[in-house]
Amino acid sequence: MASAVVGVLDVGGLVALLDLLRGDGWTVIGPTVQDGVIAQAEIQSLDELPRGVGDEQDGAHYRLRDRDDAALFGYVVGPQSWKSVLFPAHELLRRVRPGTEPSPDAEGDPERRRLALFGVRSCDLHAIAVHDRVLTDRAHVDPHYSARREQTLIVAVSCSEPAGTCFCSSMGTGPDPEEGFDLALTELLDDRGQRFVVRTGTARGTALWERLPGLPANETDLAGAAVVVDTAVSRMGRQLDTEGIRELLYANPDHPQWEDVASRCLACSNCTLVCPTCFCTSVEDRTDLADGSSERWRVWDSCFTSEFSHLHGGSVRPTTRARYRQWATHKLASWWDQFGSSGCVGCGRCIAWCPATIDITAEVAAIRATSAPSLVASGTPGEGSDAYHR
Amino acid sequence: MESPVPRLVDQMPRPASTPALDPMTPRQARVVDRRQETTDTVTLSLDPLDGLPLTFAPGQFTMLGLLGVGEVPISISGDPADPLLLQTIRDVGGVTHALTEAQVGDLLDVRGPYGTGWNVQDGRGGDVVLVAGGIGLAPLRPVVLRLLADRNDYGNVVVLYGARSPDDQLYRDELALWRSRGIDVQTIVDHGRSGWPGRVGLVTTLVPRADVDPSRTLALVCGPEVMMRYVTRSMIDFGVAPERIRWSMERSMKCGVGLCGHCQLREFFVCVDGPVFDYPTLSPLLAIREM
Amino acid sequence: MRTIDELLHEHPFFVGLDDDALTLISGCATNHHFRAGEYLFREGDPADTFFVVRHGLVAIETHNPVGGPITIDTVDDSEVLGWSWLIPPYRWQFDARAVEATRAVGFDGACLRGKCDADPELGYALMQRVAQVMFARLQAARVRLLDLYGVPGATPR
Repeated sequence: MASAVVGVLDVGGLVALLDLLRGDGWTVIGPTVQDGVIAQAEIQSLDELPRGVGDEQDGAHYRLRDRDDAALFGYVVGPQSWKSVLFPAHELLRRVRPGTEPSPDAEGDPERRRLALFGVRSCDLHAIAVHDRVLTDRAHVDPHYSARREQTLIVAVSCSEPAGTCFCSSMGTGPDPEEGFDLALTELLDDRGQRFVVRTGTARGTALWERLPGLPANETDLAGAAVVVDTAVSRMGRQLDTEGIRELLYANPDHPQWEDVASRCLACSNCTLVCPTCFCTSVEDRTDLADGSSERWRVWDSCFTSEFSHLHGGSVRPTTRARYRQWATHKLASWWDQFGSSGCVGCGRCIAWCPATIDITAEVAAIRATSAPSLVASGTPGEGSDAYHR
Repeated sequence: MESPVPRLVDQMPRPASTPALDPMTPRQARVVDRRQETTDTVTLSLDPLDGLPLTFAPGQFTMLGLLGVGEVPISISGDPADPLLLQTIRDVGGVTHALTEAQVGDLLDVRGPYGTGWNVQDGRGGDVVLVAGGIGLAPLRPVVLRLLADRNDYGNVVVLYGARSPDDQLYRDELALWRSRGIDVQTIVDHGRSGWPGRVGLVTTLVPRADVDPSRTLALVCGPEVMMRYVTRSMIDFGVAPERIRWSMERSMKCGVGLCGHCQLREFFVCVDGPVFDYPTLSPLLAIREM
Repeated sequence: MRTIDELLHEHPFFVGLDDDALTLISGCATNHHFRAGEYLFREGDPADTFFVVRHGLVAIETHNPVGGPITIDTVDDSEVLGWSWLIPPYRWQFDARAVEATRAVGFDGACLRGKCDADPELGYALMQRVAQVMFARLQAARVRLLDLYGVPGATPR
């Protein structure tokens, strides 16, 4: 169902929304300030939200700052994505105690909670949709993610001030949430007061709205919401030219830029940790010497580790060059063949959290500037163009 | 953004897997027979505890393992018509070591079958060449058994089998049986001990001598990647059409069901889009180092 | 039983040589029969024959003090064997033993070398053909050096 503006909530109305969700048995997880970053935590009251907090983000740079207003959502994304909640870094698959039947997480998922994700940005909405496709919409389904998603409610938020690392506009994933949420809020803060223009995206969202002390939205509110979105679009921190990007990356596996990145990349895997769409995992078996029990855990893994792809005899991608190429090509190109969309949502986390200031938008631009097809087109014969042939 | 290029892998029919609620939950199977094939390779016969046979297509694999140790992808090497599950395992690491040490009566965890099969039926009415290197004969053995069962549907059937030495050959006592039932089995080893009455050399040298009509031949190849490349080159020089050459690829796997990401070969998940691929699909990827 | 002349005209090794050249070469040729187990030549012996195997199987072996002879290559029907006759010091590097009863045509090395010296064009043509055989054997030997079926981790990278 198309998301339509249904009205406005003031701050009191937002408090009522939180109370309503908690009263209905939802565990509300939203943004808070922790350890100098915006981090997700269970929130009980509006006071826990980062009021008057803003952020500055650039390559290998993340700082929170004080705003000169009381905006509740005046920042964008922190290092965590909703992946940490819906697809946790450690998931118990199976446990066996000697003398008992093996059980799939016998103690049960201790967190069979109904999760209300509060303050989800448009890029992260798309990232959740990407994970829905990867983990629940193929021949084999991840039952843990699937179960959690069925018990998930989403309150999305428009971004008013994209960070220097944001490029959702280039990826078609923001800055305004369009679908995939139950409720979407656009924060307005002007001389008419602090309020939130509300859209509903589902029947469940509409049902919630009808129980809230909503106010009608007038022309100024609607215009204000439009200005928020337009301003955000115009202030995008970065951009990525996605024209023919799949063919571009497929055609350039031996481009010298990969070697250049490799000279800077530490293969630290930060990018894969903070990326909201990365889904690679490993399986670890653990045994307890004391009681002889065994457990099988699924844990996050990263294609940047040297043994990620191996055959007996050694690693298939021993060099950092090959691994960075694998990650970027998978995210921006192969993903299309595998899942029918890009794997990148333009959240910019990989840029902010790379200790070596590697910027995926700049790397792609460098490859595009001197890629094989353009060399051939420029008429460079023989050796020059041969250098880029595989 | 234009839609992705249609892939040959999507046109290969895939055997239906039994959907499980949780693809990571294994079935348990008891080892009912254990055969030492070579110093480091064992064939186990497994009987699922739940009594349901594990029906598979030749070329498929299972994730075989033990809780507390781990799981690895292992080729199914048995007869598709047999309710017992046969798997041939080579000791190359921690998990495979534990599996090759399993004794009759032990319980193992099994998930699967997974992956695409050889679809040797596509070779009906023509000739078939199976080229195996080392343990590569294991996933081809079910094809041989299927061919023996339907022998009249095919023309000449040739097996070219290369191994390190005579002692490293798998299924030694069966090769004569296959020959007696109309399969031309040619063996060759990297080096032979005193008294070895057969050929010594590279398995690629057997290709041009294969008694088949290359213009109507389906070739199924399995072994180390380097070997498969040289064999394929020989096959193409011999006149076999590239699209009639199929490989079984191998990559490390943690899940076997396309979710962990480890087995990716650019856009392909070897566990779901493979392990059997037609050569034209693989050819552009093989040329890229460290793909 | 085909004559040596028929063999020369049909065998792929001699393709492209004209009738005069083939007549010249056939003057150096004799038929040989080896029983299973019989040696064609031994390591260290003077290398004076170039063999074309008509039918049978020949093993190229080296003697190992531990474990006896190791077969490092086999020569099949219609393949050629031996080039030590062409390269000084004209000594066999390995043993060659018939695995099965083998019929071969042997070309006398000194005779062939003499003909090549007298007719450099013929010499060049023969050299080209021998080089091709050596090339194929070297390629195969290199790939086998990788020990692809061997102990994991031992494959050089």
